Amino acid sequence: MAYRHFEFIEKHAWTLGILTAVMVSLGGLAELLPTFVEAGSVRMSANARPYDPLRLAGRDVYVREGCYLCHSQMIRALRFETQRYGHFSTAEESAFDRPFQWGSKRTGPDLARVGGKYSDDWQRVHLMDPRALVPQSNMPAYPWLATAKVDGADVAARMRTLRKLHDPYTDADIAGAAKAVEGKTELDALVAYLQGLGIANEPQPAKTGAAGVAPVARSSP
Amino acid sequence: MTSAEYYNDRVVRLFLLAATVWGIVGMLLGMYAAAELAWPDLNFGIPWMTFSRIRPDHTFGVIFAFGGSALMGTCYYVVQRTGHTRLAWGPLAEFTFWGWQLVCVLAMATMPFGITQSKEYAEPEWFVDILTTIVWVSFGAVFFATLARRRIRHIYVANWYYGAFIIAVGLLHVVNNLALPVSLTKSYPIYSGVADAMVQWWYGHNAVAFFLTAGFLAMMYYFVPRQAQQPLWSYRFSIVNFWALISIYMWAGSHHLMYTALPDWVQSVGMAFSLVLLMPSWGSAANGLLTFNGAWHRLKTDPAAKFMVLALVFYAASTSEGSLMAIKTVNSLSHYTDWTIAHVHSGSLGWVAMITIGSLYAMAPRALGRPAMHSNKAMELHFWLHTAGTLLYVIAMWASGVTAGMMWRATEPDGSLTYAFIDSLLAIKPLYMVRWFGGVLIWLGMWVMAWNLWYTAANARKRIILPIPVPVPEPESQQTPAPLPAAG
Repeated sequence: MAYRHFEFIEKHAWTLGILTAVMVSLGGLAELLPTFVEAGSVRMSANARPYDPLRLAGRDVYVREGCYLCHSQMIRALRFETQRYGHFSTAEESAFDRPFQWGSKRTGPDLARVGGKYSDDWQRVHLMDPRALVPQSNMPAYPWLATAKVDGADVAARMRTLRKLHDPYTDADIAGAAKAVEGKTELDALVAYLQGLGIANEPQPAKTGAAGVAPVARSSP
Repeated sequence: MTSAEYYNDRVVRLFLLAATVWGIVGMLLGMYAAAELAWPDLNFGIPWMTFSRIRPDHTFGVIFAFGGSALMGTCYYVVQRTGHTRLAWGPLAEFTFWGWQLVCVLAMATMPFGITQSKEYAEPEWFVDILTTIVWVSFGAVFFATLARRRIRHIYVANWYYGAFIIAVGLLHVVNNLALPVSLTKSYPIYSGVADAMVQWWYGHNAVAFFLTAGFLAMMYYFVPRQAQQPLWSYRFSIVNFWALISIYMWAGSHHLMYTALPDWVQSVGMAFSLVLLMPSWGSAANGLLTFNGAWHRLKTDPAAKFMVLALVFYAASTSEGSLMAIKTVNSLSHYTDWTIAHVHSGSLGWVAMITIGSLYAMAPRALGRPAMHSNKAMELHFWLHTAGTLLYVIAMWASGVTAGMMWRATEPDGSLTYAFIDSLLAIKPLYMVRWFGGVLIWLGMWVMAWNLWYTAANARKRIILPIPVPVPEPESQQTPAPLPAAG
């Protein structure tokens, strides 16, 4: 391109602006659109079930507190990762996560398959005071979760919004939400969520998975 | 012939003040967050003081409040000078100032209280996002309307970068933040899982590209030649780098998701483009550094120039580091560790903060109607505090990242893992204290800058600044840039 052609761009603000907008859009379109199509097909899986009301409330506590800043939920397809944390994570497993919780930093360990690894009581004590169980830990304590109650009406409203985004909640699911979280604290919800990680959302062979299937075998951490 | 038109430097001065205040606030939050990682009881059981609640405040505070104010302020300064025209739509420009400050205050006052989308670098909830969009569109309108009334036909390259920064950040912000509200304080993104991850890192990476790179390159392309007192080494080279940079960057976001459940081909495309990206990145860095050829003696006397040169060195270093980390093999080691944190901070403290500080030191006396900054010694002190702090921070985090990464993958001869996770934390804990101390030095440096600016602004506070007239008659309008310098 001769310089005089180029000079036209340099002297016309609109041409410059439009060409800039075109150039910055190409890469995004090429990567985002196919990913949307593939992600859409993942959501069609028959085994995929959205979070039950208590775990949904727990997931939202996890999101609100910013747990993703120190804990990933993405076991990479690398041997030393699967050895430590279990089977590598699949696309299906995060199909109902809004936003996704893969994280970008592990100040603490990955949580993608933490469900069932510790007892409910361990999780409770650990959230209230991490250094009571792991003296060297640098995780903050989250004592306020034990006193905050989960609001049933709010959970139902959240499920209705998620249904608008095509998460497959039924009317019965939503009607039962308030009862399912009645009297529960945010700590109960968060523990239920954590105990479901890697279990409830794991890809399972059709129709055999009762609740509480044993997690994938793994070696010690 | 005289002109009745004067540059609008009032809004520039406001942004200068805001950038200084936000710099101190944002870095204080970072310092505190760093201390909490070393001494975890520092949240005192208070929700909004907890690491996971204030970390988004730190990133938003330094990127969007400090960086954003500096970018908008210098943008208004530069577009007027390079176009020989007063800013268009004065009241709207004033609105962008107050609007942006409102966005920053609202975001940073809601996030620690759990009102957050928890999408990295896009945490504020939907009502803040809408306000951000309004302010951003206004900012773009003021910028392009000013370009439209310029008196110099040729649009200087700094404005290309400012323009790309405005267009791309607007696009990224809107697409990434599409969400359905449940209530005022809670919304769900319309994307989930893999799609959300891809959109988020397309945004996250290109926020780095267009907010933290294109915007600050614009600053560089104006203030480096200004401070070196000679023209850019190669104007044409800057244009080649512009088109390469803005088109390649957008492809590279998926390198944040290596070995994850993201489709493999997207990961590979991201890696390939990340490697190509090295060329325009180094091109801009080289162009800036070579501009100082023949003027290196200025570094002895001018701390602002020192900030700029070191910024360009850090820019070259952290972009090559970025390309390196985008190689899958390297990424398997570096990802999820403090190496990422080191990379981000060599980019943000080394490149972004230093070019900003250098540019502010160059711009402030002119915008404040003074011959020079109040104290040269204070600028010098700031330079050394900032440099020492940045090096301490970055080296500590490199060491920490490589240590943790190596420990996570270490295996015994029988194939079992050598270390428990907590072993890696114990190994890097002392480095967290070093990092915190580096942060303290940087923060003290910001106070030195604030002190210096306060005294430089003496006339501004007494409101006795003479407005600067727009030069008329206009200079030669048919300038063609000089040909590329000979190689070598």
